[in-house]
Amino acid sequence: MSATDPRPPASQPAAELFEFLCRMGDNTLVLGHRLSEWCGTAPALEEDIATANTALDLIGQTQMWLGLAAETEGAGRSADDLAMTRDAWDFRNLLLVEQPNGDFGRTLMRSFLFDAWHRLMLERLTLSGDPRVAAIAAKAVKEVAYHADRSAELVVALGDGTEESHGRMQAALDRLWPYAGEMLADDAIDRAMAEAGIAPLPSALADPWEESVRTTLTRATLTVPEGAFAHRGGKDGARHSEHLGHMLTTMQWLQRAYPGARW
Amino acid sequence: MVARPAPAPVPGALADRPVRRDGPPPATEGDVWALLSQIPDPEIPVISITDLGIVREVALDGRAVRVAITPTYSGCPATFVIAIAVEAALLDAGLTPTVTSRIDPPWTTDWLTEAAREKLRRYGIAPPATRGPEACPHCGATTVTQVSRHGSTPCKAQWRCDACAEPFDYFKCH
Ligand SMILES: [Zn+2]
Repeated sequence: MSATDPRPPASQPAAELFEFLCRMGDNTLVLGHRLSEWCGTAPALEEDIATANTALDLIGQTQMWLGLAAETEGAGRSADDLAMTRDAWDFRNLLLVEQPNGDFGRTLMRSFLFDAWHRLMLERLTLSGDPRVAAIAAKAVKEVAYHADRSAELVVALGDGTEESHGRMQAALDRLWPYAGEMLADDAIDRAMAEAGIAPLPSALADPWEESVRTTLTRATLTVPEGAFAHRGGKDGARHSEHLGHMLTTMQWLQRAYPGARW
Repeated sequence: MVARPAPAPVPGALADRPVRRDGPPPATEGDVWALLSQIPDPEIPVISITDLGIVREVALDGRAVRVAITPTYSGCPATFVIAIAVEAALLDAGLTPTVTSRIDPPWTTDWLTEAAREKLRRYGIAPPATRGPEACPHCGATTVTQVSRHGSTPCKAQWRCDACAEPFDYFKCH
């Protein structure tokens, strides 16, 4: 099947756009893979199915984002090439999404923090000046709204649950909170995208993100950690955590061992 | 080195297969639509791909035909199978197909035909509605409870009837 119909605007910053599209696609790819690690082992059948379905949505979105990235790059690479043959330092995902699953509570907390951002980002990208970006966002946001509702619901259920579940959710929040700041920090790529009218500045999402996340966390009787320290280095590829490389050895094994294998 | 088995055939590489053809190829776009309406959804075979509202365009030019399909959910594995089925059906009918994917505007359950909703109901799947399933597809009771927001395929959720206690699939509003 061929790519999507809408055409690119006449002029745009191609190198920066490629970076931005890799950021979007690598977030969904890495989180999609992480969530798929629960397939068959989640604590309840319904949650197993829900987690696998969410992973599937994210992988589908990856095909669109990385497909457009490959098209933008124009170097003859495909979405699969980008996903399966780049090494860790070429990935542009947030540090948050590459963090290991931990227990189911930590997995949910990671999704909750990301989903709230993802929904806001996609809502704004539906208004992108690049119609191809807007089309992908319009498709993805319907799925992600569902993800965000579910992860928020479960964070409240488990946070405001038993002593055991509350403790685990608080520990998950304490551990993951320092990874949230990277989602809301601007860099040169973000500024180029904003100037070209392609994407919002991440900092413009900070207020609505904080508001929605804090409202849910209060309902979940969880305490937001103090301090504004934020780990950086995922979305610019400068300093991924060691976890990404380990994940890629599993995810990319087949294409590394049997280059070009298809089915 | 141990010899590995030959790779499986690549989906989409259908041009070389023997063609089954009875009668002349479709002459109008209406004929092509009629042909496509015979292709079942691979996961819910009681409804066709045209019932599902995922065929977005048919353009016929002599023997060449272009068909645009939209995915239901972006990661739905059935999308790929459907594209192959469409290509195969059109080749079998004597046409030269080009099947493309179109994501804009995004698929919505509003595009499900009325016939499709009735077929789903009879199959035991509650059709989409703004406020969740209107009734149990087994006994018709209206007191129903959500079990899970997700189900066996991306487009479904799991519900239970409070009257007959049977679980059922609900085709989510999307
Ligand atoms: Zn019933």
